Amino acid sequence: MGLPLPSKVLEHILSFIDSNEDRNSVSLVCKSWFDTERRTRKRVFVGNCYSVSPVTVSRRFPKMRSLTLKGKPHFADYNLVPDGWGGYAWPWIEVLAKKNPLLEEIRLKRMVITDECLEMIAASFKEFKALVLVSCEGFTTDGIAAIAATCRNLEVLELRECIVEDLGGDWLSYFPESLTSLVSLDFSCLDSEVKLSDLERLVSRSPNLKSLKLNRAVTLEGLESLLRRAPQLTDLGTGSFSAEFEPEMFSKLSKAFAECKQLKSLSGLWDVIPEYLPALYSVCPGLTSLNLSYATVRMPDLVGILRRCWKLQKLWVMDLIEDKGLQTVAMRCKDLRELRVFPSEPDLDDVSVALTEEGLVTVSRSCRKLESILYFCVQFTNAALVTISRYRPNIKCFRLCVIEPFAPDHITREPLDEGFRAIVEGCKDLRRLSVSGLLTDKAFEYIGKHAKKVRMLSIAFAGDSDLMLHHLLSGCEGLKKLEIRDCPFGDSALLEHAAKLETMRSLWMSSCFVSFGACKVLSQKLPKLNVEVIDEMYPPESRPENSPVERIYIYRTLAGPRLDMPEFVWTIHKNPEVGVSNLAIK
Amino acid sequence: MRGESEEEVGKSNLPVESELELGLGLSLGGSAWRERGRILTAKDFPCVGSKRAADSSSSSHQGASPPRSSQVVGWPPIGLHRMNSLVNKAARAEEEEGKKKVDELKDVTMKVNGKVEGLGFVKVNMDGDGIGRKVDIRAHSSYENLAQTLEEMFFGMKGTTSMEKAKPLRLLDGSSDFVLTYEDKEGDWMLVGDVPWRMFITSVKRLRIMGTAEANGLAPRHQKQKERQRNNNPV
Repeated sequence: MGLPLPSKVLEHILSFIDSNEDRNSVSLVCKSWFDTERRTRKRVFVGNCYSVSPVTVSRRFPKMRSLTLKGKPHFADYNLVPDGWGGYAWPWIEVLAKKNPLLEEIRLKRMVITDECLEMIAASFKEFKALVLVSCEGFTTDGIAAIAATCRNLEVLELRECIVEDLGGDWLSYFPESLTSLVSLDFSCLDSEVKLSDLERLVSRSPNLKSLKLNRAVTLEGLESLLRRAPQLTDLGTGSFSAEFEPEMFSKLSKAFAECKQLKSLSGLWDVIPEYLPALYSVCPGLTSLNLSYATVRMPDLVGILRRCWKLQKLWVMDLIEDKGLQTVAMRCKDLRELRVFPSEPDLDDVSVALTEEGLVTVSRSCRKLESILYFCVQFTNAALVTISRYRPNIKCFRLCVIEPFAPDHITREPLDEGFRAIVEGCKDLRRLSVSGLLTDKAFEYIGKHAKKVRMLSIAFAGDSDLMLHHLLSGCEGLKKLEIRDCPFGDSALLEHAAKLETMRSLWMSSCFVSFGACKVLSQKLPKLNVEVIDEMYPPESRPENSPVERIYIYRTLAGPRLDMPEFVWTIHKNPEVGVSNLAIK
Repeated sequence: MRGESEEEVGKSNLPVESELELGLGLSLGGSAWRERGRILTAKDFPCVGSKRAADSSSSSHQGASPPRSSQVVGWPPIGLHRMNSLVNKAARAEEEEGKKKVDELKDVTMKVNGKVEGLGFVKVNMDGDGIGRKVDIRAHSSYENLAQTLEEMFFGMKGTTSMEKAKPLRLLDGSSDFVLTYEDKEGDWMLVGDVPWRMFITSVKRLRIMGTAEANGLAPRHQKQKERQRNNNPV
C-alpha cells in the first residue's frame, strides 16, 4: 500500500499511451485512474453507435479531439440490412457541437449522415481537420461542399465507398483559395466530373498533400497534370485510364510517374489496358501497397507489374491474376503481409479464370510474413487448407469465400471440416475467420474448441443443426462479433447460451430458424442487451410466435432501447401500436 | 453426408423439445413456417460433378431452377461498389459487342434506386418461397422479357427436370394463380404492367410474386389516381 500516484505524474505517463485497449485497462484500475484517464483521452472509438449514448461519451471525455463511430452491422455491406434500419450520425453531431466544440476529427463507418449533419459539422467545429466517411450514405455533394467551403484548417477529406447523391462536380470548387492545409483527399466514390483547373489549383497550393484518390471521371490528361504538381504524393488513386492507347500520353505519364519518388501506395486503375501498365514500372519498386482490384487486366499482362513490386506488403487484386500470377507474387513479393483476391464475375456460371486453391497455397508457402488473407475462389480442398495452416501459423485474418454455397472439397467430395480444423488448430493467433464451402457441425466443434483468440467470425450456408451454434457459443473464448446467415439452427442453442451474448459486442443472424417466441424470451433473459428483430415480412402486431424471424441483431448497450427504430425493427420495449418513435431524425 | 448428420442429431444431448425435423421444409409447428419457405440447402446449388446433384428428388418446388449464386441476395459477399463495377463492366462489354444500348445505365442511378443491390438489381420474393432472389431490371427490355426471366427463375420453365411440367405462368395477364407486383418509390404496392416500361424501371424498388387471392386488394396505378381524385373532389 504505497502513496497514490499524483495525478500530474499519471497524466504524463498516460500521454504515452495511445491504444484505446490499453487506456480502457488503465481506466479499470481504480476511480482516480479512471478520472485521470478520461480527462486526458483524445481519440475515442465507439464500435457500435447504439451501445452508448452521445451524452455519456461527450461527458466522459471532455478533451476528445477525435471520434470514430461505427453504425450498421457488417452484413449491411452485402445488402442484408434493410434501408432505414438506423445508424444516424445526427444525434452524435448534435451533442458534440454543443459540448465538444474543439473536436477536430470525425470518422464514421456504415452510418447515415445528412447534408444538415455535414453543415452542422462545418459550422460548429472551428478547428475541424479531418472527415473520413467509410460506407456511409444519406448525403449529397452539397454537404461535401459545405465542409470544403467552411473548414479553414481542413487536412483530411476522405469518402470511401459511400453512397452519395451526386449533384455535380462543383463541390470541389468550394475549397477557398486560402485553404493550403490539405493532406489527404479521397473522392473516388463520386461520379461527377470535377473542374480540372480547380483541382489543379487546389493541388498546387497544398504542399502537404500526401494522399490523393481521384474518381473515375478524371482523365489521363488530368492525372498527368496533377502528378506533375504533386510529385511528393505517397498515396495515389488514379482516375480512369482511357480505352485507347496513345504513345504520347504514355510517355508523358511515364515521366510524371517517374517523378513521384515517394509513392508507396497505388490504387484506382479503372479500365487500365495492358499497354499503359509499363508507365507504372518506375514506381513499382517503391510500392508497399497495390490495389488492382478494379483493374480488369488479365494474365500474362499483370506479370510485368507484379515482378517489379518486390517491396509489396499489401496486394488487392481480382481473380484474373490466376494461379500463375500468384506464382510471380510468391517469388517476388517476399514482404507480403496482406493478400485479397476478389471475383471478377459474380455469376458462377460465367467464371472462366484459372484461379484455384493452388494459388493461395503457393503464396502461403513462400511469403513468410503473410498474415491476412481474403480469397474468393470457385473451389477448395482440405489438403490446401492443411498446407496453408502448416506453412503460415502466423495468420491473423483468414477469410475464405468459396463462391458456390455448400461446395465440398472438389477432389475428395468431403466437407471442408478437416481443412478449417487445421486452420484454427495451427494458426493460434487467428483474430478473424470467415468460413465457407460444405461444413457440418463438426467444423464448428473444432472452431469452438481451438479458435480461442478469434474476435470476429462470419458464417454462411453451413452446419446441420443446433449443435453448430452450441459449439460456437460454448467455446470461442475471445469471440466479440458473430455474424451468421442461412444456417439451419433454431432456438435451443441460442437460449441455452444466452449469457455468452453479454460478453460479445454483437450477434447477427439472418435466414436461420430462430422463432419470434425465442426472441422474446431472449429479450427477457438479457435486459442489458438490445435484441432487435428485423423483419419486413410481418407487421409487428401479427407476427406469429413460432414463425422464424428474418433477421436478429443482438448487441450489448448501456444506452437502453433505441428511440429511432423503424417499423420493421422490433424490440421488447417497443409498443407495436405506437410504431416508430418520434425522435427527430435530421 | 447429409444423411449421416441427420442420424447424429438424434444422438445429440440437446433437450428433447429442441429436436428438429431436418430436411427441406423444416417445420417449427404450424403452417406459418410453410408459408415462409425454407432456407437454402445443398440441393439448391448444383455442384458440378457432385453426387449430391444426383439426388434432387425431394425439392419442395418442383421444377424450380436452382438459384445461381449471383441470384441469392447478398451473395457472393462483395460490397456494393465492387458489385456495381462488375455489373457495369459486363454491360460495357456487351455494348462493345453491339448487343444492347447502355445509355439506359445513366438514367437509373444509385440515387433513384438507392435500395437496389447494384445498379438495376432489385430483390424478388415469391409467396411460399423463402429464397430471396434478385434480378437485374435493366438487363431487360420489356415486361415480357422480365416475366420470362422470373418464370424461369421461380418455376423452372426452361429445362425443367421434374416429371410434371409446371403450368405456363402468364404472370402478366392475370390468368394464373400468381400475379407480379412491385413496390414503387412511394412505398405503394402496384400491379406490374400498367405504366410504360421506362417509367417502371425508374420507380421499381422491389418485386413480389403474390397469390392472386392476396392481390385482389391491389389496384393498378391509374385506378389509384382516379380514386385519389374522386376523394379530393366529392360530388
